[in-house]
Amino acid sequence: MSDLRKIIIDGIETEALGDMTLIQVCEQMGIEIPRFCYHERLSIAGNCRMCLVEIVGGPPKPAASCAMQVKDLRPGPEGAPPEIRTRSDMARQAREGVMEFLLINHPLDCPICDQGGECDLQDQAVAYGMDFSRYREAKRAVDDLDLGPLVETHMTRCISCTRCVRFTTEVAGINQMGQSGRGEDAEIISYLNQTLHSNMQGNIIDLCPVGALTSKPYAFTARSWELEKVESIDVMDALGSNIRVDSKGRRVMRILPRNHDGVNEEWISDKTRFVWDGLINQRLDRPFIRRDGKLVACSWDHALDEAVSLLKSEQVTSIAGDLASVEAVYALSQLTDSLQGKKECRVNNVDLPIGNRSGYVGISRIEDIDSAGRILMIGTNPGIEAPVLNARIRASWLAGGHVELVGEAVDLTYEYKHHGTDLLSLHKLAKNMEDVDLTDTLIILGQGALHESLDNSALGIAMNLADRGAGLLILHTAAGRVGAMDLGFTTEGGLDQALDGAGVVYNLGVDEIDIPSGPKVIYQGSHGDRGAHRADVILPAAAYTEEAGIFVNTEGRPQLASKATFPVGEAKENWAIIRALSGKLGMPLEYNSQIQLRLKLAEEFPHLMEIDMVRENELQPIETTQAGNTEFKNVINDFYLTNPIARASAVMAELSYLTRTRDGELNEAA
Amino acid sequence: MLADRDRIFTNLYGMGDCTLAGARKRGHWDGTAELIKKGQDWIITQVKESGLRGRGGAGFPTGLKWSFMPKNSDGRPHYLVVNADESEPGTCKDREIMRHDPHTLIEGCLIAGFAMNSNVGYIYIRGEYIREKELLQAAIDEAYDAGLLGRNACNSGWDFDLYLHHGAGAYICGEETALLESLEGKKGMPRMKPPFPAGSGLYGCPTTVNNVESIAVVPTILRRGATWFASFGRENNTGTKIFAISGHVNSPCVVEEIMSISLRELIDKHCDGVRGGWDNLKAVIPGGASVPLIPKSLCDDAILDFDWLRDHQSGLGTAAVIVMDQSTDIIKAIWRLSKFYKHESCGQCTPCREGAGWMMRVMDRFVSGKADIEEIDTLLQITKQVEGHTICALGDAAAWPVQGLIRHFRNEIEDRILKEKIPA
Repeated sequence: MSDLRKIIIDGIETEALGDMTLIQVCEQMGIEIPRFCYHERLSIAGNCRMCLVEIVGGPPKPAASCAMQVKDLRPGPEGAPPEIRTRSDMARQAREGVMEFLLINHPLDCPICDQGGECDLQDQAVAYGMDFSRYREAKRAVDDLDLGPLVETHMTRCISCTRCVRFTTEVAGINQMGQSGRGEDAEIISYLNQTLHSNMQGNIIDLCPVGALTSKPYAFTARSWELEKVESIDVMDALGSNIRVDSKGRRVMRILPRNHDGVNEEWISDKTRFVWDGLINQRLDRPFIRRDGKLVACSWDHALDEAVSLLKSEQVTSIAGDLASVEAVYALSQLTDSLQGKKECRVNNVDLPIGNRSGYVGISRIEDIDSAGRILMIGTNPGIEAPVLNARIRASWLAGGHVELVGEAVDLTYEYKHHGTDLLSLHKLAKNMEDVDLTDTLIILGQGALHESLDNSALGIAMNLADRGAGLLILHTAAGRVGAMDLGFTTEGGLDQALDGAGVVYNLGVDEIDIPSGPKVIYQGSHGDRGAHRADVILPAAAYTEEAGIFVNTEGRPQLASKATFPVGEAKENWAIIRALSGKLGMPLEYNSQIQLRLKLAEEFPHLMEIDMVRENELQPIETTQAGNTEFKNVINDFYLTNPIARASAVMAELSYLTRTRDGELNEAA
Repeated sequence: MLADRDRIFTNLYGMGDCTLAGARKRGHWDGTAELIKKGQDWIITQVKESGLRGRGGAGFPTGLKWSFMPKNSDGRPHYLVVNADESEPGTCKDREIMRHDPHTLIEGCLIAGFAMNSNVGYIYIRGEYIREKELLQAAIDEAYDAGLLGRNACNSGWDFDLYLHHGAGAYICGEETALLESLEGKKGMPRMKPPFPAGSGLYGCPTTVNNVESIAVVPTILRRGATWFASFGRENNTGTKIFAISGHVNSPCVVEEIMSISLRELIDKHCDGVRGGWDNLKAVIPGGASVPLIPKSLCDDAILDFDWLRDHQSGLGTAAVIVMDQSTDIIKAIWRLSKFYKHESCGQCTPCREGAGWMMRVMDRFVSGKADIEEIDTLLQITKQVEGHTICALGDAAAWPVQGLIRHFRNEIEDRILKEKIPA
């Protein structure tokens, strides 16, 4: 039932829902209300007092528009709609006063502050403040905190808006930050001087409206206005978080989240945010070929000739890695087809059903988590496989949803009912659910429940439940996997079958597995990781920030990543390398530019060009085989080191070390 | 002057028997069950008709406040919370009730609890009141043993449990929503209003928070009739009131008197006059630390009630009369209050957090005279920037004493600054 009420704001009459806050109504009307503590995705604190507005006919004092709801307003005389003013003398003076109070103890260190240029306090001081200070007393100084290697603190700048406290407790699910002390001695602290134990902590840097919390790896390296800003898509996990890549010259300086309600809201994980130093380390910046057992740098011509001779003489198998874009896989797929080779993208022994999109993507969207009354997770640890998705599940749990898990019992920052760790437990659970209405149940099936040894029985059970009304979402861990599956980059029987009899393996960025000895390997990729070490020919390629590409996320949503910088050294864009190779092979692919490639792609796979659209997949249940008793094993052990870019990052290495030390896997003294 | 027969708190000084037996002898717990059986509407109407205004400081009509509670429960329990966090400097009236006449409060809790459909009551007592806590707890235990609380309390057919919670000594926890936060086990920081406690208070349930005195007078009002209570004082300022007079009077005291008594009568009759005679008076803070002072010129005709004092830009507050004679360094006295508010500000919202310290520091320099004349206006503006812009009333409370000082003693501040600038 809609509860629309009339309200007059600044003389304009409008209608708004009763439970909207005044700041939301103003936002809708395009009226700007300054604020520091208020944030759409966090609880309301109402403590900065910047958003004060005048309520006509109300008490003789202004009200905080972030907390006042439309239904709390009393109508005017003779039932006239309530009226508020956002630009009256009362409101203006209130803001000026608050602004002055915020500034009296704020240091005047804007020239050396990393927040400079994108600082809410700076901007609003210009818009709503005074141009001089009446404060003659000594300013307050506050000790800085050690929050770990990611978040640098300058607590003297803090205005106690408590956004960071609210984010860490509400969204990230850690109870390590709070406000201690009273009055002007109140400080934001981490309890017992702990460093933050969360893989989402970087978001508090964005949330901080001043320069109190800044990025440690980015500290003092650039000013925000010098940066080239490009909107792109993240590939660190399969969520496809929307990001903005900021670069200076040829270097990526930092990565920030973009808002996308359906995918990542406005959060990103720490791996997404801080992986950028991995983009300059361990890079393959020129072609190599193996001579007498050693990799020797060579020219592109030389390397391509070597590759051509290998491809011509032997049975070819192409494999595509976790970070491969749709375009690269598409080009490689066509090249492999013309060589009558085999191809495979399911390189981690995960048995995704070929051609059954409802089986490898599912039938639900990420958004469905918000409204699900019951979430059943199978063989997954979303806390490290997709932290932002985990935060969304947590939000659903906080709103009253029930969460259940079959699989390894891990800390997910919220309570869940644990039903066991193996296939038998799932089988029993499904039996118990036979008479239950499943319409508000959402099943999230992880890669741990899709291992080859399970023979698709977990998926079968899940699809059975989905057939009875439940939602189903397959949670992937590789950004390129769904796209490659959509392109049919598979071989019946999986990786073993694909490699069987291969004389030469064309490796497109597969670094997570060891290719068995025997075949020659052509490695095309960006980093000198495991794949490059095994290679006989190395074709250096662009990383995800260096070329445009389509990535299909875990819910089947194709999104467009853009090119933020140029590839390092002599590295080339992935599709272009394959195109060049096809020319040398004498069987040229039918496109000379990425646009032409995409036009071809659109003909053959139209849904891949429906950018940002999620196609509805028709459920095609698969036969459930007899349930054995296999344990579900999660596929990711170390969140920070899942791909070659992360493994090349010093920041990620440190985080991995700290996490393992904390978890007791490593001895600190060692 | 209030006749002895009209006193509600007949054992305010602890001269008599403080136990239940003594209280019964003085007429408390008399016919409580019958009062309750007259029904909730009757009780609320009586309280409304008596004109009782909240005794905690704001003076909001108590009956009206009770009527804000939902008539029927939507499944959530209702709560009665008694604010016994009496921390306002100068105020010590509730203390005397709790340690010497505790059964007036306990009986009041039962009746008030019944009137607003609440089966559970909490008394939140100030952290520093350790003996008072012991005595009040003993009285509650006594009432339980006598069947006056608990299941079918006092044979009224109403179940009522009363719990005493000991605070930790923060002034801000006397603010009703901060008190609720503290009672819930959280840090005592005020909540935003709306929602008001009557809609969503303790643990998100309908709650009414009342001052000790407001609750403790209710049984006697019901027994003796609303008209009896309303016969004291001026219109809209009715009843009897406990005053606590401290400072430069010959014998400071806590005394129950009629509302709207003149200041001079109160001081002369009960405190043996101002030290050094009435003409030695300099100023009076009539309602505890948070209201603006009134100078001698106003004191001559001052009537101590909500409306007269409000009309003269002060307030009755908790009726804690702080008397200051000519020997007082009035600037330093108000500076001390600023220091108190700076110390007690919870730090949640900006104007109070930053403003209280700023005001204190400027006052600091006014005390020594190391300031500029223009700064007086700056300070006045700062107080206006704090006032009304905060989540709770502590910001106002910090601003008002300073405003009162500047309003009435600006010349004294100017003199001191000039004296410092131009040595004699």
